[in-house]
Amino acid sequence: MGELIAPFLYDYMLKAMFVSALVGAVCAFLSAFLMLKGWSLMGDALGHAVVPGVAGAYLLQLPYAAGAFVAGLLAALGMALVKQRTRLREDAIIGLVFTAFFAAGLLIASIYPTSVSIQTIVLGNILGISDEDVVQVVIISLVSLAILIAKWRDLVVVFFDESHARTVGIRADALKILFFTLLAACTVAALQTVGACLVIAMVVTPGATAYLLTDRFGRLIGLSVLIGAGTSFIGAYLSYFLDGATGGVIVTLQTVVFLFVFYFAPKHGVLAGRRRQAQSSGGTIP
Amino acid sequence: MTELWDFFATPMGYAFMQRALIAAVLIGAVCAVLSCYLVLKGWSLMGDAISHAVLPGVVLSFVMGLPLAIGAFAAGLTCALLTGYLKENSRVKEDTVMGIVFSGMFGLGLVLFTKVETEQHLSHILFGDMLGITRQDLIEVAIIAGVTLLIIIAKWRDLLLYCFDPQHARAIGLPLGVIHYGLLVLLALTIIASLKAVGIILVVAMLVAPGAIAYLLTDRFSRMLIIAAAVAIGSSVLGTLVSFHVDGATGPCIVLIQAFVFVLAFLFAPRRGVFALRRAALTRLAD
Amino acid sequence: MSERHAGETGKLGKGSTIASLSVRNVTVAYPNGVTALKDASFELGPGTISGLVGVNGSGKSTLFKAIMGFVRPNSGEVRIAGLSVKDALKRGCVAYVPQSEDVDWDFPVLVEDVVMMGRYGRMNFLRIPSSTDRRKVDEALGRVDMLRFRHHQIGELSGGQKKRVFLARALAQEAAVILLDEPFTGVDVKTETAIIDLLRQLRASGHLMLVSTHNLGSVPDFCDHVVLLNRTVLAAGPTAVTFTQQNLEKAFGGVLRSFRLEGGQLHDDRDPRRVTVLTDDERPVVFYGEGAANEEPLRRRGDTGEK
Repeated sequence: MGELIAPFLYDYMLKAMFVSALVGAVCAFLSAFLMLKGWSLMGDALGHAVVPGVAGAYLLQLPYAAGAFVAGLLAALGMALVKQRTRLREDAIIGLVFTAFFAAGLLIASIYPTSVSIQTIVLGNILGISDEDVVQVVIISLVSLAILIAKWRDLVVVFFDESHARTVGIRADALKILFFTLLAACTVAALQTVGACLVIAMVVTPGATAYLLTDRFGRLIGLSVLIGAGTSFIGAYLSYFLDGATGGVIVTLQTVVFLFVFYFAPKHGVLAGRRRQAQSSGGTIP
Repeated sequence: MTELWDFFATPMGYAFMQRALIAAVLIGAVCAVLSCYLVLKGWSLMGDAISHAVLPGVVLSFVMGLPLAIGAFAAGLTCALLTGYLKENSRVKEDTVMGIVFSGMFGLGLVLFTKVETEQHLSHILFGDMLGITRQDLIEVAIIAGVTLLIIIAKWRDLLLYCFDPQHARAIGLPLGVIHYGLLVLLALTIIASLKAVGIILVVAMLVAPGAIAYLLTDRFSRMLIIAAAVAIGSSVLGTLVSFHVDGATGPCIVLIQAFVFVLAFLFAPRRGVFALRRAALTRLAD
Repeated sequence: MSERHAGETGKLGKGSTIASLSVRNVTVAYPNGVTALKDASFELGPGTISGLVGVNGSGKSTLFKAIMGFVRPNSGEVRIAGLSVKDALKRGCVAYVPQSEDVDWDFPVLVEDVVMMGRYGRMNFLRIPSSTDRRKVDEALGRVDMLRFRHHQIGELSGGQKKRVFLARALAQEAAVILLDEPFTGVDVKTETAIIDLLRQLRASGHLMLVSTHNLGSVPDFCDHVVLLNRTVLAAGPTAVTFTQQNLEKAFGGVLRSFRLEGGQLHDDRDPRRVTVLTDDERPVVFYGEGAANEEPLRRRGDTGEK
């Protein structure tokens, strides 16, 4: 029993668990929207594209979030430029740009291995997060959450029916830009807990899990945030016993939860579907 | 002039460089060819997914003493099949399901890796280790790449039709299921062959950039294949040489050279490049 | 559809705008070189169900986009209820009922959520519904007879029910101008009748409805005005004088299939009139007679057309 309590006795573990939960919550909020649009590639791309910015920031001793933002912005502009002037499909453009940026980040890290720990950037290192990084992450997360709580209903309309959004006076373009800015911000925060390669899970999986549990968007968001925060907290806790790989533990946990819900969800799960099929084939035609 | 000669000649004196350069040629060729299909079919996410999903397979086959390629292949196929199953049996969109599956598998792979005592460096698996290719590795790469290229050379038209117009392909009696899974298998094989060179994370670059560059330069698929191969082989060889001289990681060098070539094509392509389009617009205005 | 509730006038609310739509010399050219609309002009006033008629590719969706502010015309101007498009949108003067294909039916929203979205333009910053909002939503749902489905996720509905939900949204929005995009595709006859009844009620209370359709056969049934579109407005005006065989042939010449059947060939009776059938493979419109310029189109519904 004493073993199980151990993580709560260490400051660094408490820090890790609560920061992870906070980041997990705000990423999960966004995932409610991302997963409906199927924007997995975009989520993965953002996580990878910010790496050169982070590497450069650590090198120049600037706040890592600033570097990440700049890199993210440049990547987005690059993608938009190529999309506008070529006939390449969107997914090829995204793949092209994010891998080039990521390669640049790896190159910087391989030339300056002492200033830039590529392992930390790519895989996260929440157990060893510095206090100044904690401040950045908490501020980003809280501000993002506040904005999302205020504007989520409008975002739903924009994502569901953009034409209608315009006819009721919602500024669709502004909201879309806001959404992607928040996504970039949460990517930056999630770099700390799960690293560049696993950001995609944080901004997709919790929402998809909640989607199988409810038909109301408000509840979807609530469930998603709960799942995101919970799995992040527990994942960080478990990683104490598994000696690191916090990001991997969190993401594996989120995936396991998804698979469980996929099968057992009361209305949209596989089991429920089979039961309905059996009933309707056995019963009379309504 | 001697410096330029030295740039190419000096590395060639080393056995590991000879192996690395041969590997570069083979991997460049097979990735380029797959890349043309992926770019047309819109399978960038699929390439991203399968390349990440192989990690747990690599770790598990190491634990079980099997060749890493076997585990990687099994994991890659598992990803594709599981994605298909989840998509068919829930209302979650396909791209979302793919993201969940591959990131979950990658996360699992990371957890497994930390629990396994291994001499393999995680960074080599993630980022490649071209300059450390052994004779054994090279033989594996040659076999896998060779088989893949042979199949594509035999079936390139059918594959093209499937990517371009699946309805018509079905109408003329092509077995769509076989082609679909066949293409996935070829993709998995290509990824496994490339792991040594560029690692898990940058394989996607090899699978997208050559095709994208060729797509800007030509309208005919047969030419696209050739241009992509030339670009990929050229950048792989050059990237390997550069990494030798600057003592840096090979993967990023290759990818950055390809990105540079893309920028050149983007700007200067004879009909679709930015400057060509601007010239065309100006002449239209003048009329 | 239910009868109007007691006490509800159905008229446009007090202090509201007069419905009108003015399109003047609108040209829209896309960056890839395609000119979707060239010099399109027409005017519509309050209390009308107008058909926007054109085959696929004629610029109907571009015209809708221009009215809703999605694209800015390269030249010309659109005015809604006398306001610029931007101002009209801000005031919620236009409502849009989308095609079924354009909706993501897997979206986790309930019927009442979608109808409530119609009220967003009048709600506070945090989008907390007021009692007025709730009442309007209930009324709208009642008018389209969908109250008992209000807690269903939209994907669970039939084709006709899905259409009614979006109509209810337009009603809840209380917009003076309603744009409908191919409203009768995939809809059963009972729902189609109900929708037409509702549109007629709305027309009586002064709304302006512009219905985009390529379904020629039904246009004379419920449209009092038509706008014939083929990259430019070829004819616009009251249906009786505008929706003629001559205009249709002029507008869609090569695209429509025209069958002319002489009286004697048709059947054994002594009716000598010629029958002309114009079709783009949906429900055709049938003209009886010699084919004179001011021939009145025959109003016939439910036919699949003689072959």
